[in-house]
Amino acid sequence: MAMTSEQAVEATALAGKGRSPWADARRRFFRNKAAMVGLAILAFVALFAVFGDFLSQWSNEELDYNVMGQIAQEGGPSIENGHYFGTDDLGRDLFARTVQGTQISLAVGLVGALIACVVGTLYGAVAGYVGGRTDNIMMRIVDIFMAIPYMFVLILLLVMYGRSITILFAGVGLISWMEMARIVRGQTLTIKGREFVEAARATGVSAPVIILRHIVPNLLGVIAVYATLLVPLMILTESFISFLGLGVQEPLTSLGALISEGAGTIAYGTTWQLGFPLLFFCLTLFGLFFVGDGLRDALDPKDR
Amino acid sequence: MLSYILKRLAIAIPTLLLLIIISFVLMHSAPGGPFTAERELPPQVLANLNEKYGLSDPLWMQVGNYVWGIVTAFDFGPSFVYKDRTVNEIIAQGFPITLTYGLLSFAIAVLVGVSLGVAAATRHNSPLDYAAVGVSIGAQVLPNFVMAPILVLIFTLWLRWLPGGGWQGPEYWIMPVIALSTSFMASIARITRSSMLEVLTSNHIRTARAKGLPERKVILRHALKPAMLPVISYLGPAFVAMITGSVVVDIYFSTGGIGKAFVDSALNRDYAVMMGVTILVGALTIFFNLVVDILYGWIDPKIRY
Repeated sequence: MAMTSEQAVEATALAGKGRSPWADARRRFFRNKAAMVGLAILAFVALFAVFGDFLSQWSNEELDYNVMGQIAQEGGPSIENGHYFGTDDLGRDLFARTVQGTQISLAVGLVGALIACVVGTLYGAVAGYVGGRTDNIMMRIVDIFMAIPYMFVLILLLVMYGRSITILFAGVGLISWMEMARIVRGQTLTIKGREFVEAARATGVSAPVIILRHIVPNLLGVIAVYATLLVPLMILTESFISFLGLGVQEPLTSLGALISEGAGTIAYGTTWQLGFPLLFFCLTLFGLFFVGDGLRDALDPKDR
Repeated sequence: MLSYILKRLAIAIPTLLLLIIISFVLMHSAPGGPFTAERELPPQVLANLNEKYGLSDPLWMQVGNYVWGIVTAFDFGPSFVYKDRTVNEIIAQGFPITLTYGLLSFAIAVLVGVSLGVAAATRHNSPLDYAAVGVSIGAQVLPNFVMAPILVLIFTLWLRWLPGGGWQGPEYWIMPVIALSTSFMASIARITRSSMLEVLTSNHIRTARAKGLPERKVILRHALKPAMLPVISYLGPAFVAMITGSVVVDIYFSTGGIGKAFVDSALNRDYAVMMGVTILVGALTIFFNLVVDILYGWIDPKIRY
């Protein structure tokens, strides 16, 4: 049976040097249909967030006096007056606001996940590497933190210190480093006993350098997977808080805040005000969940 | 078992104390006090008010008094805004409502989620399986604050079947319960399905089938129990998320539960009520996690205490 040229190339490559685990994972990821659909959706949402501003004919703050006061009749989506998604109840262009909301939601998701990753990874790696009593105490502290109703504490923080976007970013990130710390600690325990760590220790490398140079890089796969799954959770958290009116402040907006506004005005028949932000919210989450699941299937060492 | 429960309780109590102290310190280090208003109060009045509510004591003494009041008399102190009401009264008013729709949502999420998951797993790769997977993926992006407006749009504004808000009878329960339970139901269905699929390939199931047990018995008696383990460990976080979701339900459907008390107090800077609700939710969370751990140990005999 003749091999196709592609198979032949693959076979020689295999015989030549073998596949690295990363190449393996990449192949599995790109074969996963759901993950590819997710990636396409995500690319669309990202393009919308980045280039949407250039398409819109209105800024997100401008009031359109032609539709003001009769939003339910005049404010619907239309190509003629440039409000592709219609306007909100004040006559602001919903397309521009959805673009901005998507930007902010994505930013909160990414920054929150980044904070959670950095804090969780360092905490977990230190606990796992040092081990013994320190590990025990550090993980008990994580247990205790996990039992705290964080959403309530975050709302407290936002009310107490004012609704600044910095607190929102930091707070959303600090809510979820604990799960990350647990996962990283578990992985560190298995890596810690390997020869290369022992060799590093024998040559007198200090503990912080071992953790940062030898342990953390070997955990990157696991961290990447959980980071992708964290982003949608961060977006959900931010949207939840914005829905309550405690999130980002005007004129800034986020998808959660837009959904909240849309939800507040549906009684007047302005369904587009709920529909478009909701569509982008769902698309973003869908994309992220699919890509995250795909990455996990491709990279999770448990599956091998 | 008993020593395990005691050990868990020994962790639970410091956790609760830590929560009290964190929220107390946070609240008292914040700029602006509960009596900061548009119109400045005369200094003497402010001093008297601070004296009455014990706000002029040193911080450690305030924390001490507060904890002492809770431990000895279950007393969360007076509200800072409603002069004639205590925190206990405010919570007692909203809590039964939250408990009603919370428990209903929880029961429905677990029952429907598990049945859906089992049905999908036992008919693997059938149309039913695909439908269940599709529904549960779709529902994952429909958290309570998305479900709530959609439900109102469909059932109140378009079909005019259900009242849009309030809390006067069972027909007022329907939308809050659906809004709160959908995304959890979906997650539970997904978890049940995948763990059931795994259990169904294990040796003891083959044995059960080989000795001629009817399929129904194999599933319900032998497969369901081990398949429930991942579901049970999901219940703890799900419970916390559901309590958090009650805030949205209370606001959007005007159901009047503790979520409303919390947001109102947050906006009014009514520190005492905020802390009361936070501590109550924390205590519930800790208690529920304990129940989940015990259940886990009961189902999985491999776990040693």
